[in-house]
Order: sequence, then structure tokens, then C-alpha cells
Amino acid sequence: MQLDLGDLTFARGGALLVRRAILRCLPEETLAVTGRASDLAIDLRAWCRGEGHTLLRCEAGPPLDAVIAAGPAVRQRWQGAERAGGMDTIHPHPPRRWGLAARGALVEAGTPEFRFALDDKLPVWSEDAARLYAQAAAAQWDPATAVPWDTPFELPDEVEDAVVQVMTYLIENETAALVVPSRFLAQLHPHFKEVMQLLAIQAADEARHIEVFTRRAMLKRSQLGLSTAGGQASLQTLVEEPDFAIATFLLSVLGEGTFLSLLWFLQHYAPDPVTAAVCRLAAQDESRHVAFGMSHLRSHLAGEPALAAKLMNAVHKRHDALRHTAGLNAEVFDALVLMAAGSWDPEDLAFGYDAMDALLADMHTQRIRRMLKLGFDEAQAEEMSSLHTRNFM
Amino acid sequence: MNDTLLLGAVSYDPKVVTIWEGFQQYFAERGLPFDFVLYSNYERQVEAHFLGHIHVAWNSPLAWLQSEQIAARLQRRASAIAMRDSDCDLTSVIVVRSDSGIGGVADLKGKRVAVGAQDSPQATLIPLLVLAEEGLEPHRDFEVVPFDVLLGKHGDHIGGERDAARALLEGKCDAACMIDANHMLFQQEGTLPGGATRSLLQTPLYDHCNFTVLDDAPAEAIAKFRSLLFEMSYADPQVRRLLDMEGLKQWKEGRAQGYAMLDRAICRFGTIDPFVDQVVEKCS
Repeated sequence: MQLDLGDLTFARGGALLVRRAILRCLPEETLAVTGRASDLAIDLRAWCRGEGHTLLRCEAGPPLDAVIAAGPAVRQRWQGAERAGGMDTIHPHPPRRWGLAARGALVEAGTPEFRFALDDKLPVWSEDAARLYAQAAAAQWDPATAVPWDTPFELPDEVEDAVVQVMTYLIENETAALVVPSRFLAQLHPHFKEVMQLLAIQAADEARHIEVFTRRAMLKRSQLGLSTAGGQASLQTLVEEPDFAIATFLLSVLGEGTFLSLLWFLQHYAPDPVTAAVCRLAAQDESRHVAFGMSHLRSHLAGEPALAAKLMNAVHKRHDALRHTAGLNAEVFDALVLMAAGSWDPEDLAFGYDAMDALLADMHTQRIRRMLKLGFDEAQAEEMSSLHTRNFM
Repeated sequence: MNDTLLLGAVSYDPKVVTIWEGFQQYFAERGLPFDFVLYSNYERQVEAHFLGHIHVAWNSPLAWLQSEQIAARLQRRASAIAMRDSDCDLTSVIVVRSDSGIGGVADLKGKRVAVGAQDSPQATLIPLLVLAEEGLEPHRDFEVVPFDVLLGKHGDHIGGERDAARALLEGKCDAACMIDANHMLFQQEGTLPGGATRSLLQTPLYDHCNFTVLDDAPAEAIAKFRSLLFEMSYADPQVRRLLDMEGLKQWKEGRAQGYAMLDRAICRFGTIDPFVDQVVEKCS
């Protein structure tokens, strides 16, 4: 084979052409290289030595007149290499030696093994993951422009305080919803690419929610509201749950599912357009998180029916762990009532209480509906929903 | 020493530990008890070799010549039993700035020539010999500007050559000496920007490191060591990792004919005489 490097120097591009030509040579074929750049012979000799090629002739010229016999190393490197699965074929237990390689890539033998704890398809995979990821990617919104931050409004002081308290509570809960998928994301075998992407975008969603809830809280105030020991104790049981399926069930199906009702409630009774917008945007994202949790738990339960008992036990265990905590703090409850009421007027407050009752009933109904969809019977669904944390998430 | 084959190597870089730990495992898995000792400089290693502390020394070209001369003085014999493919047929270059107006070796008269470590064959001794043999005596006809990084490691550390290249670009000297592979590397990494420099001179071919043994080395273990070295295949992923770190694709038979130019250099400059005298005296 012949290769003319023209005026190209070896170090700044010539090496690429020579390497490419050598890969194209047939076995036993030599490569004749010519070129007019200075120092070509010096660099070509050094390069061939480092790559294990033999320089059969090297007349410096200029022009350079060299002949190379390719060494075996260029092909030996890829002996024993294997494809990291197929592009669209999900391996039930991808090997650790595939590491971070893209699914379908050719992986060099001897690649270091990565210890990803979540390397079984059954507990993590969902056929919906790719669709939900695409939907999530398309639905990303910019906190700076998606919310009408500059719309003028004034609320009574106590209603504004209620909004700040609710936002403080939401930030804390969304932080838990960011931390939990992030922890599992770092343990997930990258072979399950779509699930990895979905968990990542889920964490990014929560990051935006934290941003907009904080910004709404600070719109008229210089301080945030209260964070209670009971509320954090409830979230701690989520953050510290080591099992992916249980954490997903508690967080996405029960927690975020319940939060969906709350966010739509807040959007409906929001006393100002900014609160309405941030709750609506967050609810849209949360509905995807719930959908993914439902989708992959359905697959997991179909493949491992014994998981149902494990999930029920987890709900009982969490309930027992939180039995002596206060649940939803009174300040948040009161703030929600006041937001729905709009004022301290007794008639309005009565309406606010009715609205809260309706919210709690809706949360319960929606939880049951989701659990029925997962295959639990009515009694099981009723019991688990009743035992769900009073802190909502 | 017991049955374990003991090798000496110089720790010019932290990766040296990883390399020899890996080789130790490779040899052990194939039935050769093997261990290694790291020295901070080649002189310590050569002396230890003659004092019987190690069986094999992974020697720089200068350490090889030190061993060869000491062995001759002690009526002993040193042999180069294996080397890397990348140790064969190296060259060094003397580089000048493209706009310097230096067109030939004679133009270096009265100039400042940057070299690597004083004990570096590739970046100091061999280029200075070539200039001397072309009629320009170092220190007399031109100023030698040394960039001493990790003296005692015989130029294994790249730092001195890089510093010399930078000094050239900054105008602190008029020419810089370096091994051909570093010349390419410095261009690729941008230390020598494209078009800023050109090569004034390329030395003839010479060889670099080798595994050195003395005449009292345990023959059977050495034979096994050599045969296991030559069996190492770049296709084996476990070995490939080590070969990549050590900078070779395959081991080759050792040869001693590639050190003639360095031998002339050390004779001319008297580089190793005091050290050779010292070890000979200690071992006599």
C-alpha cells in the first residue's frame, strides 16, 4: 500500500494517516510512506518503534521514502474483545467486565471490572424506560422562563407565610426525591442505559423543583419556614432504604404518587400565579416519576411474584418505624388549609378543611388505584394505603 | 539469597511498583519464584549487583556500560540477556528554533545548548558526543546548559528533556537535545508548537535498556526468566497492561552492539570512571 503525506508533519496529523493505512494493510503487506514535511523520518522512526512496527527502509530525503512492516500488536490488542451486548438487546445479567462501555461497543479484553450493585435486569428494567426518558427530555423546562416570576401580586401576610411554609416542606421532600434515585443511579450497571438516563433526568427534575420552590418562597420573604423532626424522620426511612424495588415503591408509587395529588391541589388553590405555575410544572414531572416506578415494578412483580409480600412488609416496617413520630407537622397542615381557605374568615376556613379532607381522600384513592394496577388485591391496597406515612412523601 | 530470582530496578516513577508487582505475579503463576528490589539510582543498583544482592538488573544503557567495565576490571563477565523491542535503534535529535538562522552544526559554536540530566545517554551524552565528533567540543566551543531532573536515574525521567525544550522556545538557549520519541511527543502535546522548531541533527542509531546478569547468576532461573519474558504476548490482556506501562510490545534477545556510541561518549567525557573505580575497589 502507498501513502503520501504531502506537506503534513507526522506529529500533527501524519501519524493518524499512517495508523489508518496500517490498519487497512493486508497481513504481510507493507506500507510505503512518502512526504515532504521536515523531520518526517525522525518522527516516523520513533513512532514505529513505540507501536512495534518494523521500519524496513527510511530515507529521510526530503522527500521521505520509507517502508513499514506492521507489527502484530495492532491486531493483538483486539484479540479476545467482545461486544457489550447488542444495541437493543438487554442482557439479564450484564458482566462487570463491560464496565462503562456503551451497550453494543467492542470492549477490549482486560478492561477493569466495575462493581455495580444493581446488575440484574429484573429489578431495574422497564420496557417503558426509553419512552419515558424521551418524554422527560422533551418536557424539560427552564425555571427562568417557565414561571411568570414578574407577575405582580400581593397576598395577606398570613397567606404568604402559609405559602412559604408549604414551599419549605416541598423543598425538603424534593430533596429526598433527588437523593434516593441518585444513590441508586450510582449503583446501576450502565448497560441499563435508558433506566440510568431516566434516573438522572429524574434527579435533574427534582433539582429544578428545589430551585423554583425556593425562589417562590423567597419572592416576598427573607427566611424560609419550619422543618420538623417528624418530617425528616419519615424521609430518612426513604433515603436509607437500601433495596431498589422497595425504595421505588415507597418513593415513586406511594410517596410521589401522593405528592401528585398534593401538587395538583396546590396548583388549584394557589393564591398567586407563581405558586400555581411552580406546582403545575412540578406535578407534570412527578407524574413521569410515578409512571416509571409503576412500569418497572409491574415488570419486576411479573418476574418475581414474591416481591409483593416484600413490598407489603416494607410498608408495615416503615409504618412501625414512624409510629412514634408526628407525621405531617401542624404548621404544614394549617398552611395547606389556609391556602385552600384564602383567609382566616370562619366560612373560608371551613371550606379549607373540606378541601383538605377531599385531598386526603383523593390521595388514599389514588394510592389504592395504583396498587391495584400493580396486582395487589383490594384489602391489601386498602391496608397499605392506610399505613402510608402521614407526611405524604 | 535463596531460590527466588531477585531483580533490581530503579524507581524513576511510581508506576515502576505496579509494573514489577505485575511481573512478579506473572512469573509466580508460571512457577518462577521472583522478587524485586527498587533502588533510587542506577549507581546504587550496579554496586548492589556486584555485591551479590540481586541476580538481574534492569539497567539503563549507562548502567550497562558501568557493569560491563566493572566486570572487565574484576575479570568477570556481564551479559545483556533481554531488552524491549522499543530499546532497539533509538536516535536523538538536536532541535533549534525555526527562525534561529542556525543552518548547520558549525553554527552552534559559541551558542548555548540545552541538554537533559547530566547522566542521560539520550539527551546529554550521545548528542554531545556527536557534536564533539563533528568538531564542536562541549564547554569549549559551546556552552552546555544542563536540565538536571532526578540525577542518578540516567535520564529515565522525561522532565529534563521537557525543560530543555521549553528553554529553547523561551530563548534561554539556542538548541535542545532530546530522544526522537520525546521530540514527537513534545510536538503532539504542544510543548514544541508546530513550525516553531526544526531538527538540526539526528544521531546514528543506538540501543537503550537491557536486563543485565553477571557470570554467577543462577543459570536455570535465568533461563526460565528469559523464556517467560519471551512468551509474554501483547494479545494477553493481563500482560498487555504491564507491557503498555513499560513501553514495549514484545521482549527481544539482548544485544550489546548498540552501545558503542555511548561507550565512546563516556570514554571521551570520563563520565563513569570515578564510579567504576569506586565499585572495583569495593569488590576487589
